Parts: sequence; C-alpha cells; structure tokens
Amino acid sequence: MQYTLLILVLPLLSFIVLGLVDSKWKPKVAGTIGTVVLGIITALSYLTAWEYFTTAKINGVYEKIIPMHMEWIRFTEFLHIDLGILLDPISVMMLVVITTVSFMVNIYSLSYMHGEKGFQRYYAFLSLFTFSMLGLVVATNIFQMYIFWELVGVSSFLLIGFYYTKPSAVAAAKKAFIVTRFADLFFLLGILVLSFYTKTFDFGILTAEHTTVFAGSAGATFLGFGVISWAMAGIFIGGAGKSAMFPLQIWLPDAMEGPTPVSALIHAATMVVAGVFLVARFFPVYYFQTPEVLHGVAYIGAFTALFAAVIACVQTDIKRVLAFSTISQIAFMMVALGVSGYEGHEGTGFMASMFHLFTHAMFKALLFLGAGSVIHAVHSNEIKDMGGLRKYMPITNWTFLIACLAIAGIPPFSGFFSKDEILSASYEFSPYIGGIMTFVAALTAFYMFRLYYSIFWGKDYTVKAAAHGHDDHGHGHTPHESPFAMAFPLVFLATVTCFAGFIPFGKLVSSTGADYIIHIDSTVAIMSVVIASISILVATLMYRKPSATPDKLEKTFKGLHTAASRRFYIDEVYLFITKKIIFNSVSRPLAWFDRHIIDATMDGFANTTQWVSVRIKGVQSGQVQQYAYVFLLGTLLIAALVFFI
Amino acid sequence: MDILNNILAGQVPMELYLGVSLIMFFAGVYGFLSRRSMLMILISIELMLNAADLNFVTFNRYLFPGQLEGFYFALFTIAIAACETAVAIAIIINIYRNLSSVEVGNLDQMKE
Amino acid sequence: MNFLSLFVLIPVLMMMGLFVSCSRKQLQIVMTIGASLLMILSGILTYMYLTDRAAGNLATMLYTADTVWYAPFNIHYSVGVDGISVAMLILSSIIVFTGVFASWKIDPLPKEFFLWFSLLSIGVYGFFISTDLFTMFMYYEIALIPMYLLIGVWGSGNKEYAAMKLTLMLMGGSALLLVGILGIYYASGATTMNLLEIAKLHNIPVAMQYYFFPLTFMGFGVLGAMFPFHTWSPDGHASAPTAVSMLHAGVLMKLGGYGCFRVAMYLMPEAAHEMAWIFLLLTGISVVYGAFGAIHQTDLKYINAYSSVSHCGLVLFAILMMNETAATGAIMQMLSHGLMTALFFALIGMIYGRTHTRDIRLMGGLMKVMPFLGVSYVIAGMASLGLPSLSGFVAEMTIFVGSFQHTDTFHRVLTIGAVSSIVITAVYILRVVGKIILGPMQDKHHEELTDAVWYERLSVGVLIAAIFAMGSAPFWISSMLHESVIPVVSQLIK
Repeated sequence: MQYTLLILVLPLLSFIVLGLVDSKWKPKVAGTIGTVVLGIITALSYLTAWEYFTTAKINGVYEKIIPMHMEWIRFTEFLHIDLGILLDPISVMMLVVITTVSFMVNIYSLSYMHGEKGFQRYYAFLSLFTFSMLGLVVATNIFQMYIFWELVGVSSFLLIGFYYTKPSAVAAAKKAFIVTRFADLFFLLGILVLSFYTKTFDFGILTAEHTTVFAGSAGATFLGFGVISWAMAGIFIGGAGKSAMFPLQIWLPDAMEGPTPVSALIHAATMVVAGVFLVARFFPVYYFQTPEVLHGVAYIGAFTALFAAVIACVQTDIKRVLAFSTISQIAFMMVALGVSGYEGHEGTGFMASMFHLFTHAMFKALLFLGAGSVIHAVHSNEIKDMGGLRKYMPITNWTFLIACLAIAGIPPFSGFFSKDEILSASYEFSPYIGGIMTFVAALTAFYMFRLYYSIFWGKDYTVKAAAHGHDDHGHGHTPHESPFAMAFPLVFLATVTCFAGFIPFGKLVSSTGADYIIHIDSTVAIMSVVIASISILVATLMYRKPSATPDKLEKTFKGLHTAASRRFYIDEVYLFITKKIIFNSVSRPLAWFDRHIIDATMDGFANTTQWVSVRIKGVQSGQVQQYAYVFLLGTLLIAALVFFI
Repeated sequence: MDILNNILAGQVPMELYLGVSLIMFFAGVYGFLSRRSMLMILISIELMLNAADLNFVTFNRYLFPGQLEGFYFALFTIAIAACETAVAIAIIINIYRNLSSVEVGNLDQMKE
Repeated sequence: MNFLSLFVLIPVLMMMGLFVSCSRKQLQIVMTIGASLLMILSGILTYMYLTDRAAGNLATMLYTADTVWYAPFNIHYSVGVDGISVAMLILSSIIVFTGVFASWKIDPLPKEFFLWFSLLSIGVYGFFISTDLFTMFMYYEIALIPMYLLIGVWGSGNKEYAAMKLTLMLMGGSALLLVGILGIYYASGATTMNLLEIAKLHNIPVAMQYYFFPLTFMGFGVLGAMFPFHTWSPDGHASAPTAVSMLHAGVLMKLGGYGCFRVAMYLMPEAAHEMAWIFLLLTGISVVYGAFGAIHQTDLKYINAYSSVSHCGLVLFAILMMNETAATGAIMQMLSHGLMTALFFALIGMIYGRTHTRDIRLMGGLMKVMPFLGVSYVIAGMASLGLPSLSGFVAEMTIFVGSFQHTDTFHRVLTIGAVSSIVITAVYILRVVGKIILGPMQDKHHEELTDAVWYERLSVGVLIAAIFAMGSAPFWISSMLHESVIPVVSQLIK
C-alpha cells in the first residue's frame, strides 16, 4: 500500500506551491488546486480503507501495517525519530474522516471565502493543516506524532488568525497556540519520561499486548505514583490541551474567530479530536500499565462534558454554542475511553469512542457548515439577529435539523448509535458517570434545539433585519439559500449522518482489532431517547415561538446564568495567572533585577575602576617639569639604593 | 699641587673633565626643572647632551685610547641634538602660534 | 599550505580588494565575490569531509597541518577540522554571505565598515580552523576588537556605552581565558599548544584542573552569554548595526560554546565532571531567565538578545550533560540558533530601516505593507519556538532527549526546568508577532512603507532556506556531528 504516501505528499506539495505563489495566481486557480488535491487524497483514503479492511485481517484480527518507514534523526542507540505510515483500524478510520471533512470544507470554502483577501493563503493553510493532521494520525511513533501535533497547532494558529488585521482574531490565535503549547509541554515531558524508562518511541513496541519495555520502570515512583503513570498523565494533558478538556478548554471558544469552514474542519471535526486519538492510540498502555490515569481521564471527561454543556445552554453566539457543544462531545469520547475495558464486550467504550468520533466529525462539521451558511446569509454570529430563516434557506434548515437530531441522539441518525454505546459503557463502569452522561445528553438535546429554533423558527427574520439596521452595510436584502458549492457539502454530510449509524463499526474498529458486535442495550437506549425527546420538547416549547419563558428562567437563576454565560470565570482566572502573576510578578521584577542588580554589578566594576582612576590621576598633572623632578628624584633614589645596599 | 703640575705639564687628569661635565649636566638639570620658558628648557637639554658628549670623549680618550667608539658616539649625539633642536623649535613655534605663549606651565591640555 | 588556511586567506584578500576599491559598487563586488567564495569553499569542504569520513577516515581531525610559528613558546600554526568545525564553518559562511547583503547600503564609511567586517570574519574563521590553543586565542581576540569599532561607529542608540561594555566584558572573559590556556599549557607539561596533543597526553593534574577549568569555562561562557555574564548581550546587540548583530549573535556567540566544549571540557574532563553542576545551574538559570527576561522587553532587539541568552544557555547546558546525544544537540542548537538569530536580526534591521523604531508598542500590522518581511518574521519566530520542520525543533529535541537520558535525577529535574522554556518562548515570540506583524496598523505613516528589495530578499531567503534544510533533513548533519562529539565525550566518560 505504498500509495498511502501520496496521501501525505500531495497536500504538502499543494501547501508549498500555493504558499510560494501566494497572490500571483488567481484565487480560482488556487482554490481549484487545493480542492482537486483534496479530492484525490480523499479517493486514495477511501481506497486505502477499502483495501485495509478487506485484506488486513489475519486470524480475525486487524494487523498493523507499515507501508512506509524511514529514519529521520537518531538520538541514541535506541531512540530515534522515524517518519512512517502506520495503518491500523483507527488510523485508517481517521484518514477517512479527515479527508472527507477536509474535502467538504475545501468545496464549501470555494464559495464561502469567495472574494476574501488572501484566498490563496487560505487554501495553502488548509492544505498544510490537512497534511499535518494526516501525518499525525498515521504516525508510527510518538515523536512523529508530536512533530505533526505541533504542526497542526501552528496551522490552527495560522487559520484562526486568518483575518490577521482583526485584533480579536490575533488574540484568539495567540491564545490557542499558547494554551495548547502549554499542554504540549506536558506531552513532551511525558514522552521524555516514557522514553527514558522504555527506551523506545515506537507505538508498535509500546502498545503491544505483552510488551516487556515497561519492566525497567517497575518500582520507580514519584510522589506516590509510578513514573509511567506520570508520563501517561503528561501525555494525556497534551491530549487534553488539543481536545479542550477542562481546565484547558479556554482556547476553543475563542478559536471561533477563524473563518467558519476552518472551525468546522479544525475546531470541530479533526484537530480537536487529536487528544482522543492520542489516548486511543495509547489505550493498551493506559489500560494495562496505568489504569488509574485512565480513570482520571474518565472523570475529567465527565466533568468537562457537564461543564461545557451547561455553558452551551446560555451562549448567544451561534459558533460559541457549537464550540461548547464540541467540547462536551469530545468529553463524551474521552469518558468512553476512560471507562473502557480491553477485550470483547469490555471494550465497548473504546469502540464507542471511535464510533462517536466518526459520527461526531460528520454531524458537527455539518452543523458548523450550516452555521456558516446562516452567517453568510445574515452576516452576524448572534442568534438574536436570526430567526425564521427556514423559509429562506430550506436546505440549510433541513440539514441542520438532521445534524441536531443526530447530536441529540434520536434514532435513526448516526449520533444515536454512538452515543448510546457510550452511555451503556458508562453505566457499566459506574452508575454515577452514566447518570451524569445521560444528563449531559439531555442538556445537549436542549441546547441544540434551542439553537435550531432560535435560528430557523422564532420571530420572523425580515422584521429583525430592519430593526438592526443591516442596510448600513448593504446587507438588507432577504437572506437566501447558499450557492451549490456550499449546499453540496451540507447535503453530503447530512446523508452521511443519516446512514453512518448503520455502518458495522464494531467489525472495523475495536480495541483489540478483533470483531466486536454492537448490541443496543434496550434499557439505556429507550431511556436516552425518551430523555432526549423530553429535552427537545422543552426546547420546542420555549423557543419555537417567541415566548417569555426563557427570560423568566434567566431571571430566576440569575447567578447561575451570569456565571455560565461568563464561562464560569475560567478565562479570568487564566488572565489573572498570566497577566498578574507571570507578567507582572515574575517577568517585570526579573527584568528589573536584570537591569538594576546584575547589570548594575557589571557597571559597578567599570564605575569603580573609573572612580579609582579619577582619584589617582592628579599625579598626572601635565606639567613636564614636575615629571622631570619626580624622575630625577627617582633616579637619585635608585642610585642611592645601588650604592648603599 | 700635583694636579696643577700635571696640568701645566699638559697632562690633564680625567677627573677634571668629568668635573666640568658634571657641572654642565646639573646646570642643565637645574635649568630644565626651574626655567619656565620652553626655549630655556631646550637650551638646558642641549647642555645636558653636551655634558654627555664630553663624557663620551673623555672616557674614550683616557680609558680606551686605541678605539674610536666614543668619538663616533659624540658625533652622533651632536647630529641628533641638531635634529632634535630643529623639531623642538618647530613645535615651540607652533605652540606659540596657538597659545601666544611659550610658558611650559600652561601646557597641560593633553592631560585628559 | 593547507587548503583550510584559505578560510583566513580569502578574507585577507577581501580586505586588500577593499583597500583598492574606490566606489560603493566595487566594494559590493569585492564583498560578494569574497563571501561567495567562502560559501563555495565551505560547501567543498563539507563534501570532502563527508566523503572522507564515508571512506573510513577515523582521525579525530581531518586535513591537519602544522607549522612552527614561534619556537621558544612552542606556538604552532596548526589547523584541522572535524564535524563540529565543519558545521561552524558552514554557519559562518552563510552568515557572512547574508550579512554582506544585509549591509548592502551601509552608511556612512562603507569601505571602513566592510574592512572591519572582513577582519571580524578572519577572526571567526581562524578560530574554527585552529587546533592550537594560542592561535585559537589570537583569532578570538581578532574577532573581538573590530566589534568595538563596528558598534561604536555604525551602531545606533547608546552606542558608545554599549560598545565599551561589550568589549570590556568580553575582554574580561578573554583575560580569564588566557590564564586558563596558559595554565593548561604549563600544567599539561606538553611541548606544544596543540589541543589534540594535550588531550592525548591527558595529564593535567586534577588539582590544577580545579583552577583552570572554571577559568576557561567562564572565559568562554562570557561569550556564550552565560548567566550572570550575559548583560553585554542586550545592550551590545541593541546598538550594533544589522550585519554585526547577525555575525555576533550568529557566529561569535558560538565561539563561546565551541570553546567550552573543545577546550574546557575536552582538556580537563575530571574537573568538568566534578564542577559541572555549578555551571549546569547557571546555564539552567540562563535558559529560563533569558526567556522570562524577553517577555517584558519592548525593544525588538532586546527581546531577541534575551532570547539568545536563553537559547545559548541551552547550548552550554547541553554540553554539560556530557553525553553524546546532548552534545550533538548542543552543536545543532548552535547552528540553529546562529541561523535563526541572524535571520531575526536581519529582519529587525530591515524593519527598523523602514519604520525607524524598534519599539513594539509603536508598530502594528506590518504584514499588510511588507508581506515578505512579515512572513519571514513569522517563520523566524516559529523556528525560534521550535516548530517541527524548522531547525529549532531538531536541535532542542536532541538536547532534551539527550539530557533526559542522564542517569542522575538532578540532571533530569534541571532538564524539566529547561524544557519549560519552550512555553515561555512561545509567549514572547507570539507577543511580538501578534503585536507588530499582525493586527491593525498602528501608525498611519507606516502605510507608505515598502517591502524588501532584492538584496534583502536574497539575504533573508538564504537564511530561511538554511533553516528549512536543517529542520527537515537533520539526519546527515546530526550523524556528522554525532561522530565528531564522540572523541570529546568519551574523554569525559573515561
């Protein structure tokens, strides 16, 4: 399967070419190149998936295949970074997800970004992102993953800051980069600790079932936990940074400053699930070596899911709602991994997590692209500027509805199947986690339909448009359905969302590589559908027609509402730590110390020398006769010494 | 009286020459230290140089009669003294042009 | 005569050419030809070196030559290169080449500027090809002295103060160094100052090493901007003209790390073992301290100077880890830092030449008017904060992985501290990029500014190409350096 290399090389070439020519080529040419390349690699990914899932099974278990491999840099006898391609069920699944969503976003952007300054640059960055993300998922070793991990981080930075003249976009880009970088520090430390004890970076060795590489770390503990636990916790923090787990979630809502298709691609479907992918990749290590860390993943995930869902209920910016929903859904995947066992039925969580990753990528991309379509039509992100759009934008309306039903977990849409598996895995692990997750699922259904009704139902649109004076900007026209290039991806993804639930996912992806038959646990399934329906009903009552209930509720729970809409003040805490503590209490005194203590000491030497020289320079009067007199006396003195001693 | 006889007999002892040169030399030193005018200082330097010449010649004549180094050296010194005087006077003239004075006490601008 | 001497001879010829040229055009031609010759020469040298090594030549130094220069003191003019010197010579050639183009329109006194510039490069090249302690020291001094005039005459801001401070502090360092070198010579009982011979004898009494190791290490450490002797770097770099900043931060600071490794550690391994912890602490402080120091600055050059303190601290830090990987990483970091800091200073010079300010509070949104410089600045920033595929990443990762392989917990804990600098680096780099390159235009007058012209593009382009080349294909340079650090490190492990 040598051709898989092309999947990586083509987007890289596309990035280099588009990046170098920049604005010398017409936007249309750049867009076509980017999209065509994506189309080709999407086809190649499908081919890879087909070939892999039909041929790679040996004794009923999917083998890992490494079609390409080279040594990139060697550190020591054992440690070396290789670049290669590792195909196993999860990486092949990710290839399909990434290329599909990326392809759709490329098509969508042709129209959405039409006429933007820097269109070529945009396509170059998209290619860079696709390249890095693909490199990340096919990584054969943890350092290769780290390399591409950083590259996706920078492509995310570049794309969030695409509108670079906008201060808020620049700030958001910086925030995203620095927060994830901070998490990456722990990732790197985790890699260092892990490699110190295991003497390898290679996934094949680390994640083998009966591996012996961890024997060297036996008994080595630090603060009561094994060193490998620390390492794996560090690696998880790296993943948590990219996947916006609490308390590192702060960058994701701000990242919505980027163009909407970028949010769909990077901050909903692909890059943010890198953390989940990382944990999944290391799943055997977590499960066998450090189960306590894996449980920690579950708890953090459950808390994040709840936390983000609560915030999502009160946000008023359409993209922010989706952003918090993304955080919540990724937390679902994390929980699923955290509660998962390894073999057979125990492995439900792992399979469910990957399944949810797959379905979520599709419907969340759909939601974002739908939101983009709405924003494109009304030129605003605020839901109060929208309402009653179903008449003007039927395609967007229907596809958005499908996505909402999917995320709410209503059968037969894809979200139902994956979420149901996660819930039943959670209940098996602990009823508390299961209960929390069910509650979060209910909240999800509520806030998604709150969003849906606020956009497409509620008050009539034209009235609001006039009231908000859109004529000033020349956008006073009635909103209309998006052009084909934007509608096609919506329809395509909606179709996938409708049918993805019926993919026999367990047969393709499971923790061991062996077949896993999905059972639908009827108790859990019925309960979750009922709860989701009730939530939807509540949302329908509250938001379908303009009503006073939401405002009343807001008044009743004023404290909670304010706290939630301010995102529970986590940003302020960070701001306090960075601005007040790091910048003002560490960096500023340090700069002062450097100037006034260290440098002053050095200057002090010079000043002392100068002071002494001023003191003694009176001897040099400039009077030649005085010199001669001293000289004479000196000569006489020496002569006397010579004579008398 | 021996000395006087010797002198009258045309045999001047070395010490006398050295005595003259000593007096000349210290007259020069005194002049160099006490005079204010640069010209007088220059003359004092010449006096010291001549005292040295005298010593060269004397020592050559009395201690190494067969050789000529002392005489040559004296000639050398005379030549150098001439050059030096020329340069020094040129400098003095320039100083006079700039400062309208040849007082050595005023010349301390180059100390800093 | 050995062909390595050409590295010194070409700049000498350049100086002669400069003497007889009488227009700016001629000066430029002379400098371009000379710098290109040096580039070609280092390219040929690299090729020859790699082929010879591949052919199985295992000598510590290749192309050695030895001529008695002053017999009474056993001073020889002896040259020779190993992988480390080759890497440093490539770096020097790249930076001299780009430095020429960065100072294409230097004003006033272009002739004198280029003369001193060439003299500086004589010192740098001579240092890297020398294997004799005395000539090494001599070239080191040759490199220092032009610095005073280059900063004092062509600098900006508080240039007299900066020039004096830089020269005095570095001279202070070289005074320590001279004592150290003489101590090494006499204590070793060698009949030559050739460091290979002294290393082979390996008989400096340990008691003497305790005196001379810290002297030598600190002497070179001052040039490597080791805490607390780093304060010349912010002032000096801030005042120096563009090309001088480039050459100084890019190459001259590397003399420090190279010297520490080649002289202090190589010749006095026992003391190095015993005393490493002191210097590890100091350099560890440098790494974090420089990074924190950079956060708060508002002058572009100060930010970059503090960042250099941090990055060069990492070089010395890795050297002191005394294992092959970390040492390889240290040399790679020297290369990488040399390239990217030169790029930074070149860009800052170009931006300063247009906006006439280096205060980040007074600039903003420059990407809009000078996209080329803006993009290059972002690339330089990304290299500095260690983005994979750029040179900073491979160097830093080699250092971190190597240092973390140390069996001692103390060293590993320090490494964790040093690793944390990557976050702080990201903070200050992005702060600058976000402030001056991106964002809205700050100053209306900046809207009429123009983008880079051809010679600036050439200078920046070469540096970026080198950074990319090193970052995406590190294997050959890494293996070349790795086999060259083995003799030194094995001396240390013994």
